[in-house]
Amino acid sequence: MGFENILLGFQIAVTPFNLFVAVVGIMLGTIIGVLPGLGGANGVAILLPLTFTMPPTSAIILLTSLYWGALFGGAITSILFNIPGEPWSVATTFDGYPLARQGKGGQALTAAFTSSFVGALFSIVLITLFAPILAEIALKFGPPEFFAIQLLTFSSFVGLGGGNPLKSLVSILLGFILAAVGLDIVTGQLRMTFGVTELMKGFDFIVAVIGLFGIGEILLSVEEGLSFQGAHTGMKLGVVFETWRILPRYWRTFVRGSFIGFWMGFKPGGATPASFMSYAFAKRFSKNADRFGKGELEGVVAPETAAHAAGVAAMLPMITLGIPGSPTAAVMLGGLIIWGLQPGPMLFKEKPDFVWGLIASMYTGNIIGVVMVLAFVPLFAAILKIPFAILTPLIVVICAVGSYAVHNSMIDVWYMVIFGVVGYVFKKLDYPLAPLVLALVLGDLAENALRQSLIMSQGSLGIFFTRPISGVIMFIAILFFLLPIVTPWWRRLRGGPMGTPAARET
Amino acid sequence: MRAADLATAVVLMALGGLVIFDAVRLGYDWGSDGPKSGFFPFWLAVAMVVACGLIVLQALRQRTDKPFVSRAQLRPVLSVLLPATAMVLVTEMVGLYVAAAIYIAFYMRWVGRHGWLPIAALALGIPIVTFVIFERWFLVPMPKGPLEAWLGF
Repeated sequence: MGFENILLGFQIAVTPFNLFVAVVGIMLGTIIGVLPGLGGANGVAILLPLTFTMPPTSAIILLTSLYWGALFGGAITSILFNIPGEPWSVATTFDGYPLARQGKGGQALTAAFTSSFVGALFSIVLITLFAPILAEIALKFGPPEFFAIQLLTFSSFVGLGGGNPLKSLVSILLGFILAAVGLDIVTGQLRMTFGVTELMKGFDFIVAVIGLFGIGEILLSVEEGLSFQGAHTGMKLGVVFETWRILPRYWRTFVRGSFIGFWMGFKPGGATPASFMSYAFAKRFSKNADRFGKGELEGVVAPETAAHAAGVAAMLPMITLGIPGSPTAAVMLGGLIIWGLQPGPMLFKEKPDFVWGLIASMYTGNIIGVVMVLAFVPLFAAILKIPFAILTPLIVVICAVGSYAVHNSMIDVWYMVIFGVVGYVFKKLDYPLAPLVLALVLGDLAENALRQSLIMSQGSLGIFFTRPISGVIMFIAILFFLLPIVTPWWRRLRGGPMGTPAARET
Repeated sequence: MRAADLATAVVLMALGGLVIFDAVRLGYDWGSDGPKSGFFPFWLAVAMVVACGLIVLQALRQRTDKPFVSRAQLRPVLSVLLPATAMVLVTEMVGLYVAAAIYIAFYMRWVGRHGWLPIAALALGIPIVTFVIFERWFLVPMPKGPLEAWLGF
């Protein structure tokens, strides 16, 4: 089992064209990760229309490479500019920026990229081993099981996401409601269009992602007043090897970060809390705990390992269950549907070349990625020296182009502007955006699973609880939903401290 | 902050009400062959109205003096949002490439106070690069206007 499959995958991933695609993807991804306002999710969304004419395997390699690049890119701005390009690199700034200020930027960057690579590799190996098994199990799933898993996905946002659970819930519901606008494919009726022709097509999640994360993010960053005060990169080949000699000392942190990252990552909303958790653990167990926050290399290793492990792990539920673990994975899932592939466990049976090509490309992509970012850091860092008055209109134009390209329609560009304002307001008021996007992507799938389950049971909700697998999943999902109600009560009982608010995912 | 929080929750609540209204029209109960079209939206909207109601109660109990956005913050936000909206409007009339050129030039001059040479280079260069990548290489058409028609595209 497995070995000949991954070999087949490498035969596909290591063709000159697909390697070229990976290099381009990582290059663009790193640029996107460095730029404020553009992140993995909307980078993938903007590029998605360009992949419509490509073979699906090359298309997914381009998009996943972009994702790896964005993950690497986030570390560059965190360390050199103290600006977390992505929410999961916030914890990297704690020690990365002080290191760069002390002239050890090269060390910090090398540590960050190496940790990212180690974390990613750990998750890829686990995906290689577990994905076929999980897909095999998922083949036995019926509509009730799929609905239960979707409920679990969303319950973990409410229960484990941090922030205000009510607002998380509203975000999810709003996403589902927006997904339902337009033609109901089951009955052929128009829903919530109120006689407006433009609403018939519904809301595309790609446009929502570009607006919410792209435009919304720019509005937020100009409000905070952008000022780029970069530290010198100090990147030399000698520094790289020097750092590599030090790094094995932190093997415990690597292992801990990888496990935390994978465990948090294959559930939605994972990368950001994983990076914070890994940082907190490293600080707790370190002999130099008092040096954390002042420029301790281990404080860069811990969050980066976990964030990358989580970012890669988010791909596992996407390829095996057809349920994305992060907004970026959600956009890729949308891509799969557009390329004519049916996401879910059947992919392993029907399109083994696609699945194994993708998994093999995770290895090649991350190897190429770590080499490229190590070699070209000064180049990527130079992007942030571009004046703000050039960067802003450039990003807005790119977002507009991406939104229009989805359906060749101007109404989508207007939606982008509206979603941008909504994203800005929601972010300020602490409504999380990630669950909204996930609900928008999964809306139709979830509704169909629910309907089919209810038809199977002739209207009884009992079907979700009487089947063993869906019963267990439903139980956990309900537990997660109740967690925000139970936790304060439990804390008051024990007189414990209040939890720290977790940052959020994009 | 509280006023904005309340306003958002009330707007979302109204949206939920609108969805419930439509779901009732479609039928939210059991049809002849399964749940009717309005079933799923109905319960989503009911849950949203309830959750927003709770958010309103939560917000009413809190006291914050921090404004949602200060005047000093609003200016840069609007200086991005309004030109961007204007660009979309202009795109409707003359196509994306010309609109992008005008927008980039305007923004660089008005906000960045850049010299005319870099402005000319970027305002022309970026749309041309976009054109080559999207229209030529990937065959993804963008909205075009009279200028492109005159040039024969």
